[in-house]
Amino acid sequence: MTNIAAIFKKEFRSYFNSPIAYIFITFFLGISAWLFFRSFFLLNQAEMRDFFGLMPWIFLFFIPAVTMKLWAEEKKLGTVEILMTLPIRDYEVVIGKFLASFALLTVTVLLSLVLPLSVIYLGDPDGGTLITGYVGLLLMGAAYIAVGFFASTLTENQIVSFIFGITACFVLLIIGEDIVLFNAPNWLSPIFSYLGLGAHYSSILRGVLDSRDIIYYLSLIGFFLYLSTLSVESRKWR
Amino acid sequence: MIEVRELTKSYGTTVAVDQVSFDAHAGEVLGFLGPNGAGKTTTMRILTCYLSADAGSATVAGHDVFEESVEVRKQIGYLPESAPLYADMGVIEYLNFMTQVRHIPKSQRKERTRAVIDICGLEDVIQKDIGELSKGYRQRVGLAQSLIHDPPILILDEPTSGLDPSQIIEIRNLIKNIGQEKLVLFSTHILPEVSATCSRILIINNGKIVANGTPEELSSQAEGEEIVHIAIRGSQEAIEAELNELEFVSQWNHVDTDDGIVGYQIHAAQDSNAAEALFHAVVKNGWSLTELRQESVDLEDVFLNLTDDEQAQ
Repeated sequence: MTNIAAIFKKEFRSYFNSPIAYIFITFFLGISAWLFFRSFFLLNQAEMRDFFGLMPWIFLFFIPAVTMKLWAEEKKLGTVEILMTLPIRDYEVVIGKFLASFALLTVTVLLSLVLPLSVIYLGDPDGGTLITGYVGLLLMGAAYIAVGFFASTLTENQIVSFIFGITACFVLLIIGEDIVLFNAPNWLSPIFSYLGLGAHYSSILRGVLDSRDIIYYLSLIGFFLYLSTLSVESRKWR
Repeated sequence: MIEVRELTKSYGTTVAVDQVSFDAHAGEVLGFLGPNGAGKTTTMRILTCYLSADAGSATVAGHDVFEESVEVRKQIGYLPESAPLYADMGVIEYLNFMTQVRHIPKSQRKERTRAVIDICGLEDVIQKDIGELSKGYRQRVGLAQSLIHDPPILILDEPTSGLDPSQIIEIRNLIKNIGQEKLVLFSTHILPEVSATCSRILIINNGKIVANGTPEELSSQAEGEEIVHIAIRGSQEAIEAELNELEFVSQWNHVDTDDGIVGYQIHAAQDSNAAEALFHAVVKNGWSLTELRQESVDLEDVFLNLTDDEQAQ
């Protein structure tokens, strides 16, 4: 536990030692403010449907940018050699690093709460969907992080890691979309529809926090973190 | 404290470490000497549990590096080649991080950080970020990191590469001091370094250990004969005739002639007191002696002999 905490602290601080965290927060808040106030002023609605609806596509670009350096940079600089010869288990490093990215995402997403809260007196936003929306956003973001995280373990080049991350997230997102489901063979479409990131997210957005969706996200995260641990350990395979 | 038995590791078809076996004990400074790409780094990476071997076994402080790798890693302080550190961290911040992941109790963290700052001479840079440091200071921060938990075993991969001469001397002295009670295993491809620092030398070439012993042992191993340099004022033919006469001279080479002074390199049988005998020969013939110098066979010859042989095979 102390190991995970130490890795977490180091990684989280490293986000704020470099411009990544600031860029991520600024862009995210800028985009969410724009989406929010567009519907607020143009449609006279104090709600966040547009905001939540577009997030899977916005995260697609932002999250791999946050995760790309996690392993690629360590490998490039050689710091991974000191890190992995510390008396720490590989999975502890994986969890610590994952939590640091997730914490950055959480901080950013929570900062955007200022928007709905600022108009809560003016309009009458649906508190329920707001809460489930945010939960869904964090779950989906965490799933993206896990995928991008795995991509970062595969290479020592950050750009490659970024592109792998985007591609993998895109595939996971698109296989659940109608356009793919219509064209997929009959036997495949239920599988695709279950595996797709988007379908689970939109059902959460409707205000239904179904345990099946939560289990889906948690197992996706677990699966990719497990793959990442294997990938990190692969240097020791005989 | 370290026992290595028939360790083998290959990358694809290249055998990086080939059946390497050796022992090392506390109080030793063990120098790993070999040309670039000889397998020094790979051996160290296996001992520090960064990589695993294809075959063979290695135990560190009684723990197997494959089975109990976390226990092994607790016993070792490791500085990889070229001291890879997090450039965006401050020096103190980095050392603090290390005290946490090395499980140093909270009450001792300050004290240990202080101690390694003093040992490694980091006082002037503690306010800086690692990225701003010169190569020499970065190397020292790397060393500080490896010492912070006061490990019984220190493994340093080319700790003096890229340092200036005075820094090299500092690091060597540091290694010697640490080596008095701990085990220091360090690699280098610079020869004078090992004779200056090590109590024992392992010469490794093409993944194999080709020599293992104290610097003195290794030098005497290579001494099959004495080499004497001599310069004489006299007639060249007469001198060469005399050299051919002398029994103990196994081989002689004419080096140069300068102003009537003839220089030779003479190979003589071991323990023949060649220098003295040559002096008497010169006196007997009435020549005058301008230079007489016995050459010692040094590590460089040992090293070159061993590594050349290996390549020739």
